[in-house]
Amino acid sequence: MNIYLLLKAVADSEATIRPTTDGKAVNLDGITWVLNPFDEFAVEEALKMRDAAGSGEVVAVSYGGEEVPKVLRNALAMGVDRGIHVKGAATFDALATARALANAVKGQSFDLILCGKSAIDLDNHGVGVMVAELLDLPSVSVVVKIEQKAGKLLCEREVEGGLVVVETPMPCVVCAQKGLNEPRYASLKGIMAAKKKPIDEVEGNAGESQVEVIEIQPKPQRQAGQILGQGVDAIPALIQKLREEAKVL
Amino acid sequence: MAYQALDYYLLDDLLTDEERLIRDTVREFVTDNLMPVIETCNSEGRFPKELVKPAAELGLLGAPYPEKYGCANLGPIAYGLINQELERGDSGLRSFVSVQTSLVMYPIFAFGTEAQKDYWLPLLGSGEKIGCFGLTEPDFGSNPGGMLTRAEDKGSYYLLNGSKAWITNGTISDVAIVWAKLDGVIRGFIVETDRKGFSAPEIKNKFSLRASVTSDLVLEDVEVPKENIFPDVRGLKGPLSCLTQARYGIAWGATGAAMAVFDECLQYSKSRIQFDKPIASFQLVQNKLAWMATEITKSQFLVYRLGQLKAAGKLRPQHVSMAKRNNVGTALDIARVGRDILGANGISNEYQTFRHMANLESVNTYEGTFDIHTLIIGEDLTGIAAYA
Ligand SMILES: Cc1cc2nc3c(=O)[nH]c(=O)nc-3n(C[C@H](O)[C@H](O)[C@H](O)COP(=O)(O)OP(=O)(O)OC[C@H]3O[C@@H](n4cnc5c(N)ncnc54)[C@H](O)[C@@H]3O)c2cc1C
Repeated sequence: MNIYLLLKAVADSEATIRPTTDGKAVNLDGITWVLNPFDEFAVEEALKMRDAAGSGEVVAVSYGGEEVPKVLRNALAMGVDRGIHVKGAATFDALATARALANAVKGQSFDLILCGKSAIDLDNHGVGVMVAELLDLPSVSVVVKIEQKAGKLLCEREVEGGLVVVETPMPCVVCAQKGLNEPRYASLKGIMAAKKKPIDEVEGNAGESQVEVIEIQPKPQRQAGQILGQGVDAIPALIQKLREEAKVL
Repeated sequence: MAYQALDYYLLDDLLTDEERLIRDTVREFVTDNLMPVIETCNSEGRFPKELVKPAAELGLLGAPYPEKYGCANLGPIAYGLINQELERGDSGLRSFVSVQTSLVMYPIFAFGTEAQKDYWLPLLGSGEKIGCFGLTEPDFGSNPGGMLTRAEDKGSYYLLNGSKAWITNGTISDVAIVWAKLDGVIRGFIVETDRKGFSAPEIKNKFSLRASVTSDLVLEDVEVPKENIFPDVRGLKGPLSCLTQARYGIAWGATGAAMAVFDECLQYSKSRIQFDKPIASFQLVQNKLAWMATEITKSQFLVYRLGQLKAAGKLRPQHVSMAKRNNVGTALDIARVGRDILGANGISNEYQTFRHMANLESVNTYEGTFDIHTLIIGEDLTGIAAYA
């Protein structure tokens, strides 16, 4: 079972995101890069499937700049066999990212491509399914369970209010949702072993970006609260505020 | 609020990618597994034994030893960072790991026969067996050379008699490294705890290290096979060289406890309002915070350099004494000041500072008290021993 993983380095969710001075990009100074949390489910699933099959290789592919090798190492430490760094500048355009990744994996032999359903930084939900289209493969997204059955995959995907069970031939692209599994920690031995695993570098071919960033704004500061009084006596004033200022009643 | 580790001088930049990843992995392990249970364990006086297996799977037991024993073969800085992160959670789990790694696996690794190493190291590294280290006795603490525990050569076996006190992990151990005098000379023995005549009653009702097991060891005519002795190490340098390893980890660990305290107190002081302002806006509180951050930064550099010296093979035990003395002593001072910043909340177990403070009282005493390390440094500087 050969599995390719599409992984993204994202800013740690604790990081404060500030625009650059021209307001067109994110200031990356001091950002801690982590593996996109949804991708961790993909990594775990790939390792489990490889180990259950007893043979094959899990290859992690990531597109971006200097932030990439660190998170690829993280995946290698979890047990992924090797990495491919597709070099290029991270972009807001999901399609450009998808092109770079699709071009990098095209022609490789694999049974399955796994990735997270979205990246927590841009929340585009686009790259996995776009890669599938570019490679002319079937895809299933928001998947919480994968089962192998006679050379096919049965995937449970979350939809509003329920689950849909989808059968797909392989190779295909599956995008992982939280709940698919419980990702393992990289063991200390795994971290040391990861040093010796290869990360190949290839130049990314992302093409023209069709997305132009007009402005990035910091989150507005939260307004200070108001104390209107105490106990039952304060309720009329509260109702008035909720009606007239907040307009929620 | 999630834990935010103080790194005022960007020490992170000095770490390798692997070291950072190891640190972050252990930090996450502690956040996910220890933090949810530690306050309950502490108030119940219970060691979270259920974490031994997961800790072993992660590779936390015997991390510095070679792969052929199933260990991760980590360098000194990575091993130090493990201790720092564990003690950020609680000194108890860090003590467990220190004892298993530095006081039980280390002597077997350094002084054991090939057979002893091949048998014990994989079992201890995988957490299948738990070990303890018996040096201190009721009447011999700072002066272990005076120990009364005796071994007699009975031809086909050794006969051990005596008692040990304040032994971490004692009651839950499968094996004890027991230091005893054979013909007046201190020797080390690997003693399986199910041998006849061996018992390890737990010391209850501690104010400190409540989430760690501390025990007496009682040895009454315990027969130990000949092959269980460390063949070549004699005298105090045997146990003392183990202590150097453990103290190395403790110096890092105490820094982690101080970092946990600082994080809690900084966050608290920014949100606690008195006189219509956060208490962080008062100069007296800022003075405390600035002092804490400065002391922690100094401690961080002391152990980082200590790790470099260890990696370069230039480390002397006296170097370790300086870091153990300073980092534990200041961590304890920081915890006491931190407790004060938290006001009445500081005595509630809703906050962790008091637990760290109480734990650090033990850490300040064990593995050579603060003052004993002062004397070790003093002797090193002057050439004059001032112990007796
Ligand atoms: C929680 C806990 C866990 C422990 N775990 C272990 C373990 O796993 N294995 C083990 O073998 N031991 C263990 N110990 C024992 C520990 O190492 C000893 O407590 C320590 O060495 C101090 O000995 P003592 O308690 O007998 O104090 P003492 O030696 O009686 O010291 C009391 C005071 O006198 C001072 N003092 C002593 N001698 C001098 C001197 N010459 N000059 C100036 N001041 C002096 C000390 O600094 C201290 O302030 C543990 C202790 C604790 C509290």
